[in-house]
Parts: sequence; C-alpha cells; structure tokens
Amino acid sequence: MQPIVDWVVSFDIPYVTEPMVRFISHIILASIIAVIAPGMLIVLTWLERKIIARIQDRIGPNRAGPFGLLQAFADMIKMFTKEDITPAVADRIPFNISPGLAVFSSIMLFAVIPFAPGIIGADLNVAVIYIIGVGGLGTLAILMAGWASNNKYAMLGGFRVVAMMLTYEIPMVLTLTAVVMVSGSMSLQSIVEAQSGMWYIITMPVAFAIFFFAGVAETGRSPFDLVEAESEIIAGFHTEYSGIKFGMFMIGEYVHMFSLAFLAAVIFLGGWQVPFINVGPDGFLGPLFGPIVGFISLIIKVFIFVFIMMWMRGTLPRFRIDHLQDLGWKFLVPVSIFLVIVVAVVVRLFAPGSTAGVPVEAGPLNALYFNGAGEVVALIIANVLVLAISLFVVTRVARRSRSKGLRAVSAVEGVPAK
Amino acid sequence: MLQDFEFVGVLGFITFTIPVVTLIFAWLLRPKKPNAAKQETYESGIETIGETWVQFKAQYYIYAIVFVVFDIEAIFLLPFAVALRQLPLYALLWAIIFILLLLDGLLYGWRKGALHWN
Repeated sequence: MQPIVDWVVSFDIPYVTEPMVRFISHIILASIIAVIAPGMLIVLTWLERKIIARIQDRIGPNRAGPFGLLQAFADMIKMFTKEDITPAVADRIPFNISPGLAVFSSIMLFAVIPFAPGIIGADLNVAVIYIIGVGGLGTLAILMAGWASNNKYAMLGGFRVVAMMLTYEIPMVLTLTAVVMVSGSMSLQSIVEAQSGMWYIITMPVAFAIFFFAGVAETGRSPFDLVEAESEIIAGFHTEYSGIKFGMFMIGEYVHMFSLAFLAAVIFLGGWQVPFINVGPDGFLGPLFGPIVGFISLIIKVFIFVFIMMWMRGTLPRFRIDHLQDLGWKFLVPVSIFLVIVVAVVVRLFAPGSTAGVPVEAGPLNALYFNGAGEVVALIIANVLVLAISLFVVTRVARRSRSKGLRAVSAVEGVPAK
Repeated sequence: MLQDFEFVGVLGFITFTIPVVTLIFAWLLRPKKPNAAKQETYESGIETIGETWVQFKAQYYIYAIVFVVFDIEAIFLLPFAVALRQLPLYALLWAIIFILLLLDGLLYGWRKGALHWN
C-alpha cells in the first residue's frame, strides 16, 4: 500500500498525516477484500456448477437468469429465508460460533497476499507462519461444529475431517519450508520477487504437486470430500445446520478454495509477474499500468487453479478414508521430508559467498552458480531425482504388499499364488 | 514490523462483523416457529440411541499427537530455512540430523501401527 500512500501524501492536504492516510488505505483495502471474497462465492458457485455439468455432459443451471447467472442469488435468498432449526440438546455457543469462524479464517488468509507490486495488505515477514496458523483455525471450526451438534453422525464426520486435515497440513507446511529455503524469506512479496529468475513451478515441480494436492485435501474438496459425502455419513459435520449457517460453511469452503488458488499462484506461479515484462513501478509500463497488468495476470493464474480444482471435482471419484490417511502419512510426509533435505543441500551447496558484508562461507559448488542458473538446473534435477526415487520405493513396497496379500489369500483358499 | 499487523487487525475486525451482520440480517428475515419435533436430533428418522458425547476412537488422538510432533518440527525448520544461505556449512549437517531423527519417529510409529486406520 505504500505507493498509494505516498501518492496521496504528495498532495500535501492540510491536517492529513501519513499514518492517517495509511490507516484509511488499510480500511479501504480490508473492506474490498471482506466484500469481494465472499462475493466471489457467487461467481465460483456458478462456474463450478456449469463446469461440472459440462464435464458430466449436461448443461447446468440455465433457468434463473441468462445462462443461469442469477442462480446464486436465488440460492442466497433461499438460505436467508429458511428457518434456523437448532437442536434442543446442541451446545449453543460453539454451534453458533463455528460457521462464523470458518468464514473468518478463510478471509483472513487474504491479508498477506500480494496483489500487485506494492499492493499488499500486510507485508509480514512471517507471512508463511501466519498462513499456516490461520489455516488451522478453519480446522478448529469444523471440530467445533461436529462436537456442538450433539449428533453421532456429525461428531464422527467432524473427527474424520479433522484427522484428514491434520494429516495433510504437514506436507503443505514442509513444502512451504522448501520454498522458503530457495527464496530466503517468509514474506510473500519477497517470494514473488525472488521468482523473477524462474518461477518455482519449474524449479520445484514436486513441491508444487505436493503443496497443491495437500491444499486441495485441506479445503475438503473432491476427491477428498468425505466432508460432504452425502450418501456416506448423512451430511457430515454440518448435519444439524440449516439456512444461513450452512450457507456460511459453504462460503468458508469456497473462499478457502479461492485463497488456496491465490497461494498456489503467488508462491509457485510467480504471483503478479508477467513473463518477460517488468511490471514493477520502474518497468516500461510505468507506475500505474504495471501493477494493473500484474494484478490481471495474477487473476488469470488464480482462475487457472480454480478451474483445475473444479475439473478434479468433476472427474475423480472420492477417496476412502483409510486410503486418504495412508496416502498422507506414508507417501506425502516422507516424500516432503526427503524433498526438504534435498532442497536444503542443493541451496546451501550452490549458495554464493558473503553478501552485504556478512562473512559467509560460499558453498563448495559455487563455481557452477552462473548467477542463479546453476541453482535452477540443480533444483530441477534434484526434484526429478526425488520423484523418481519415491515412485520407485512406492512401487516396490506396493508390489511386495500385493504379493504378500495374494499369498495370504491363496494360503486360505488353497489356490496357487502367482 | 509490528506496524505491519495493523492491516491484519483491521481486516480481522471487519471480517468479524461480516458473519454477525449476516446472522442478524437472516434473523430478521426468517420464520421462527420452533416445536419439539423439529428440534430433535437427526438420526435417519428414528429416536437417538444412547448418549452422543461418548468416548471416541483413540486413533484420532494418535493422529493428533503425530501431527503435533511434525508441526513443531516444521516450525523449527522455518527459521533455519530463512537463514539457510547465511549459515556455515556444518549447520546443514545438524539440520539433516534433526530431520532424520523425526523421520525415525515417523518410521517407528508406522511399524508400530500408529498410522493404521481401522
């Protein structure tokens, strides 16, 4: 926000001080975020229903307005006017707080996302830890919802979802650690600026894949959607919620998906950067059009990820809970730990020597640094190696357990094993 | 540095009011006719059998404990990650030993069946 604050202060309006201008700019940006983020629900639900319908070879809502655009408004009116049936034995305070907490935690993630060069709500230098912490609040909201409903189905559903979210939180955090190692800072604006050489989706594709799939699991979208598995456990943790409270859980889920798309775009796809064009305030597009072009490119990247998430929902069948947990603990966590070790080794070995007077030992492979290009190539090779080794180990383990299983079955039934 | 959190506070305050305003708005709009049958707990159309707040499976607790261990490990790794390029070379060895100790814990839990969902 600093460029905008500087521009307003340059008018020299009497009695207006810089902290006041900064505060007002914060209020304006916070209002824009707090209104647009839930407002995106309308766009996202329309997009989702149309895309999934087309994937399933049908048209989707087309009655409520031209191309079904007013369908979300109709749903909103329905939700506002439905009666709020609270079970008599439910725990009042967590029951009422948890939908609000789900929405709160999803929108708070937008505080640290850089929208354009210079336009960021809060350029925290611990932004990555902030993201992890605020994301955990959403998990707490689901646990509260399941517990407070005083309904066995809701409680079981809530526990299963929380177990899944805890499992997939760890690969997310570890891959973010790998990204922080390469960029050298936890601030998201610095991570975007560090990608001016090469975007991290190319230098660390394994980290991107793990982060994206663990993130999709965190938000509870399909194929990890045992949260909303209607036929399995009635309706999971939101069984007893009706009307606007259920609507707020939906808002929380869609906004969380939207913020995951933003995070993936900012951290791996270069945020507001445009390939081969410098959109900073000193680039050739100037201080006004540069950030606008950067913002538009960020929005394009975000909607690419949103489309991919909806595509996954329409295509893949749901995972079983034990498969989910096995995938999380036995594949993703070891692979992300291995990735962290490999990235740490590569980054330190290629690191250049002392900068800004800090006496630092150069890494032994510094000769191959070539101003950053050597590190990029080494990271790509390291990622491919990590992927190859982990897939090799997994196929060996799977083959061994499958043959053990076959041998067990054949021992019981007397059929000769292969 | 602490000033950066001003925006987080402002956004937090405004975001806190959104569910409150939504709930108040919905309270004004919706019908309020509670009766005993509507307020019963849902269990596929029958009466609920037994207490709900019963003891739950210990497996959930074990997942939470393993999660806490790895989350703390990740939190310790993050400052190391930020300072990686400025640290001397032997720091890398120590960090790898730290990570391998925790990986050893995961393998132990795996072999003991702590990660098995049943």
